Amino acid sequence: MTERVLDGSTAIRPRPADHEPEHGRAHERAPVTRRSTRGLAPGRRLPASRLTGPVLFLALWAAASAAGQLDPGAIPAPWTVLRTAAHLWTDGTLGSDITTSLRRAGYGFAIGLVGGVALALAAGLSRVGEALIDGTVQLNRAIPTLGLIPLFILWLGIGETFKITIIAIVVYIPIYLNLHSALSGIDNRFVELGEVLGLSRVQFIRQIVIPGALPGFFVGLRLGVTGSWLSLVVLEQINATSGLGYMMFQAQNYGRTDVIIVGLLIYGIFGLVSDSAVRLIERRVLSWRRTLSN
Amino acid sequence: MATHAEQLTPPAVRISGLTRSFGARDVLDGIDLDIPAGQFVALLGHSGSGKSTLLRAIAGLDHQVTGSGELAAPQRLSVVFQDSRLLPWRRVLDNVILGTRGKDAAERGRAALTEVGLAGRERAWPNELSGGEAQRAALARSLVWDPELLLADEPFGALDALTRIRMHTLLRELWERHRPSVLLVTHDVDEAIVLADRVLVLDQGRIGLDVSVDVPHPRSYRDPLLGEYRERLFAALGVTEDVQGATT
Ligand SMILES: Nc1ncnc2c1ncn2[C@@H]1O[C@H](COP(=O)(O)OP(=O)(O)O)[C@@H](O)[C@H]1O
Ligand SMILES: [Mg+2]
Repeated sequence: MTERVLDGSTAIRPRPADHEPEHGRAHERAPVTRRSTRGLAPGRRLPASRLTGPVLFLALWAAASAAGQLDPGAIPAPWTVLRTAAHLWTDGTLGSDITTSLRRAGYGFAIGLVGGVALALAAGLSRVGEALIDGTVQLNRAIPTLGLIPLFILWLGIGETFKITIIAIVVYIPIYLNLHSALSGIDNRFVELGEVLGLSRVQFIRQIVIPGALPGFFVGLRLGVTGSWLSLVVLEQINATSGLGYMMFQAQNYGRTDVIIVGLLIYGIFGLVSDSAVRLIERRVLSWRRTLSN
Repeated sequence: MATHAEQLTPPAVRISGLTRSFGARDVLDGIDLDIPAGQFVALLGHSGSGKSTLLRAIAGLDHQVTGSGELAAPQRLSVVFQDSRLLPWRRVLDNVILGTRGKDAAERGRAALTEVGLAGRERAWPNELSGGEAQRAALARSLVWDPELLLADEPFGALDALTRIRMHTLLRELWERHRPSVLLVTHDVDEAIVLADRVLVLDQGRIGLDVSVDVPHPRSYRDPLLGEYRERLFAALGVTEDVQGATT
C-alpha cells in the first residue's frame, strides 16, 4: 500500500471511474488509463529472507525422516544429528576441535588480510612497489595454492605453521588483486580534482584514492573469507590430527554420517556468520552507495 | 574608454605566444590574451577547437602536454568542470571543504552552500542531488577558496534548459558579489552573450574574435541589443543564417 501512495502516477491522476461520471465531454475522451511502470528493482527485502531457504530445507528433511523416507544410515534424522552434537560437545571433543579449526582459519585469514592489504598498498601507490610486487603476485596467482601443499609439507612439516601458511596464501591473493586494481583504477577525473584543489600526496591518497578503492577491497575481502574456509576444509581432511575436518575424516572410517553432518553444519555456520559480518561492515562503511541490495 | 581604467590594475591572466600540441597537431597556435582582474570572459569555439586545452593550461593541469609560451595566472584559482566531480563517498559539505585548512573551514563551507542555495543539504550524499544541485555544490566548492580567477569548462553543458537559466542567474550573482575574473568556456552563444562582458572565439588555435558586450545587466535572451552580437559570433563560428534558424 505505501508504495502505491509514493507512486506519483497513481496518486496524482484521479481514476476516471470515481470522478464525475458521464458529465460534459469527459466521457467522450479516451478513458485515462493508469500508466504505471514495471519496477525493475527487486523491491524491499523480506524480513530474515536469508533464513527462509535453510528453514524450509530443514523442515523437509525432518518431515522425510519422520515419514521414514530416508535411510538413517545415509542421512540421519535432524534430531539424531542434534543428539550426536550434544554428545560430542559434552565429552569435550567437539569444543576442542572447533577451537583448533577456528584458530587455524583465524590466524591464516588475519595474516593473509594484512599481507594482501600491505602488498596492494605498496604496489598500488608506488611505481617501484608495483614493479617489484605485481608481477610476482600475478605469478603466484597462476599456481593453484592447494597444489603447493606437498611442497609446503616438505618445507614446514605437517604442523600448524604449514596449515596457516596455506590459508594465508589463499586469502591474500583475492584481497591483493581486488584492492590493487581498485587503487590503480582511480578515476582520472578525481586525480585532476585533487590537483586543482592543491591536495598533498598524503591528502590525495587518504581522501580520494583509499575511499575510492574500498568497494573493490570488500569484494576481495569476501572472496578471502570464503577462501579461508574452503582451504581449511581441504587441509583438515588430508593431513590433520585434530580439528573439525579430522573429526569428519575419522567418522567416515566408522561410518558415522551423523558426525559428518555435525561437522558440515558447523562449517556452514562459520561460513554464514563470517560472510554476514563482512556484509554488515561493508554496508556500514559504504553507506554512501545506494544499490539494489539496500 | 574602459580600456584605460583596466590598464591601471595588472591583469589577472597574461598569456603570450602560448602553443600546445598533441602529436603533430597544434591545438593552440600562439595565443595572446590578457584578462583584466574582475572581468567576466566567455570563450566560444567549436567542439575540438582547443577550449579545454587552453583552460587546462591556465589551470596548470597539462603537465604531459608539449607546448611553449608565457602564462601568468593567479595562485588562487578555482575550476568548475562539466561534471560536478563530487566525491561520492563524502557528504556535500565535506566535498565543498575538501583540501581546505583551518578551524573555520566548515563554517566557510556552510556559508558557500548557503550562497548557492543549498543550505540544509550539508549532510546529503552527492548521489542524492539532482544535476543542478550537484553543480551548485561544485560552485560552492570553488567559492570556498575565494578565487581571484574562476575557470569553468562548460559547467552547465549537462543541465536541462530551465536549470541552466537558473544557474546563469546564480553565476552572475556570485560574480557580482565576489568579483573574481571569470573564464567561462561554452559552446552556447546565448550563454556567452547573456553572461559575459567580453566574448572570445577560439578558431584555428588562435583567438579569432574578441568582442566586449556593452549591454547592461540583467540581460534577457530576447534582448534586441544582443541580436547584433549573436550574429557576429555566429558568423565568426562559421554558422550560416538558415542553420541558425534551424538550431535556435
Ligand atoms: N590528452 C589528449 N591527447 C590527445 N589529443 C588531445 C588530448 N586532449 C585534447 N586533444 C585534442 O585536442 C583537440 C582540442 O581538444 P579540446 O581542448 O578538448 O577541445 P574543446 O574543449 O574545444 O572541445 C581535440 O582535437 C582533441 O582531440
Ligand atoms: Mg572541452
